[in-house]
Amino acid sequence: MLTTTLLSAEDFAAIWLTIKLATTVTVLLLLVGTPIAWWLTHTNSRLKAFVNALVTLPLVLPPTVIGFYLLITMGPDGFIGQFTQMLGLGILPFTFWGLVIASMIYSLPFVVQPIQNAMQAVGKRPLEVAATLRAGPIEQFFTVVLPLAKPGFISAAVLGFAHTVGEFGVVLMIGGNIPDETKVISVQIYDHVEALQYSQAHTLSLTMVLFSFAVLLLLHSVQRRSSSSLFSAKGQSSNG
Amino acid sequence: MANQPQLSAKFSLTRKQKSQNHCFELAVDFSIPFRGVTAIFGHSGSGKTTLLRLIAGLEKCQQGQLIVDQHIWQQAEVFLPTHQRTVGYVFQEPSLFDHLTVTKNLQYALKRADSPVTKTHYNEVIQLLALDTLLTRYPTQLSGGEKQRVAIARAIFIQPTVLLMDEPLASLDGKHKAEILAYLESLTAIVNIPIIYVSHSVDEIMRLADHVLVLEAGKISAQGNVFDVFSRLDTRLGQDKGVVLSGKIVAFEPQWRLAKFEFSGGHLWLADHDFNLNQEIRVQVKASDISVTNTCLDDSSVLNRLAAKVVAISEQAEHAMALVQLSVGDSQFIAQLTRKSIASLALSPDNEVWLQVKSTAIVR
Repeated sequence: MLTTTLLSAEDFAAIWLTIKLATTVTVLLLLVGTPIAWWLTHTNSRLKAFVNALVTLPLVLPPTVIGFYLLITMGPDGFIGQFTQMLGLGILPFTFWGLVIASMIYSLPFVVQPIQNAMQAVGKRPLEVAATLRAGPIEQFFTVVLPLAKPGFISAAVLGFAHTVGEFGVVLMIGGNIPDETKVISVQIYDHVEALQYSQAHTLSLTMVLFSFAVLLLLHSVQRRSSSSLFSAKGQSSNG
Repeated sequence: MANQPQLSAKFSLTRKQKSQNHCFELAVDFSIPFRGVTAIFGHSGSGKTTLLRLIAGLEKCQQGQLIVDQHIWQQAEVFLPTHQRTVGYVFQEPSLFDHLTVTKNLQYALKRADSPVTKTHYNEVIQLLALDTLLTRYPTQLSGGEKQRVAIARAIFIQPTVLLMDEPLASLDGKHKAEILAYLESLTAIVNIPIIYVSHSVDEIMRLADHVLVLEAGKISAQGNVFDVFSRLDTRLGQDKGVVLSGKIVAFEPQWRLAKFEFSGGHLWLADHDFNLNQEIRVQVKASDISVTNTCLDDSSVLNRLAAKVVAISEQAEHAMALVQLSVGDSQFIAQLTRKSIASLALSPDNEVWLQVKSTAIVR
């Protein structure tokens, strides 16, 4: 009752968009992040340090920097922009899919790292055992790695989702605030504050606080049940 | 002989040790009969585990050839990945899938077995390894010995053409070791799969193995029938030097709790370990437990005295101790004596002497 009276239709649109964005990004990141984590766990390649650094780069960069470069590369003259235009997709900045790509880059370390840690904890031995029991590499992944590294995948999904929900800088740089397209909750709050609508800003902000707390509570209870620390210090979200 | 199934392997591998400056080198070329238990014996660092991993395809080497019962597993550009090799593998530490119950762990193998496992065979193995009461449990609820029994059953259920075991007892304590060893013995009797068994324990090898391959610093220093290898002077075994005798129990002296063990060439009195008449056993006689005299000493406390003939003497000027190979009928013994005693007894090949066996270790 409280929320229906306090939240406007525009607020709900922002919430819905945020959930849609975070879900899309999380699903795609699990698909992309898993092979990266697998490679990082098992490779002896010299490129490992390089790729590791690249994957964790979004952790330290200001979101505006990521947003800035994405804006340029996805723009009409950037190589991603030219590629998407060639495919007839137009250019991505200020679109939902542009936000998806940006969020994927921004949240990548939050998905790759927990999976990578979990895979490292599983180690090589269960894979070797599976191999001596006639399981090929793909079967090894689905029958051994996935179940054994499950807590890592869960925290990767939760962190990836939560981190995407909390982003602001990147969205502002490449998404702006187009309602139903790129106007997510954090931007909506910013708009409320700019318009001096403090009570609306309060309601949305409080919703975010409660949501974030619930997510972290879930995360830590999963972590406690699996009785292993699969989350590095880098797992602490920092909202841009 | 040429048509007998065999496993022939030729590997050469050089690996830089991380901490030290020297390289580890493994260079082996051998064929082993494809039946019974073949033990790969060696001290730690001799490369025995690496050799087993090469056979399983868990390790790659620069140059190698591996032909198992006429199937090429590795040759030139051919390298069959592990999951396509018909091996069973028991790792040193029990490696069950922690997310699966014992039943599910076994089913993992049963589902992928090279040939279907019959219900009778399944029950036989479950019973033999006493797994019935463990089936619903998770690996974390099992002791080390129990886990290893499950791991052994799982490796058998894949129905491999060769079962590789990497020191399966090494991670267990004494009590569990003896327990699993007993299981393994009865297992080798009913499961008709050739086994390659890696170990640094002479005790285990004497109990289980038919054929032995001794690995020293990446090279094979001796190989052959277990009785032959252990009765050779040049097989380096250190403290464990000694021969293995195979024979049976033929009589008892219940009053003294003694049993008479007959082997090819003579007999020994052993402490009676509740043997049955005609029970086949193996006995190890360590070189350090044998003394040699020129005449038969009737007033000695040593019960076992055997007439023997000196076959060969191996002594080195820089050592106090020397090894003497002796024959008793068809059987060979090795005695470890001081060089001084050899000189004062004037031992030389073909001398007729008396052998005193101070104690014997019954291995099977």
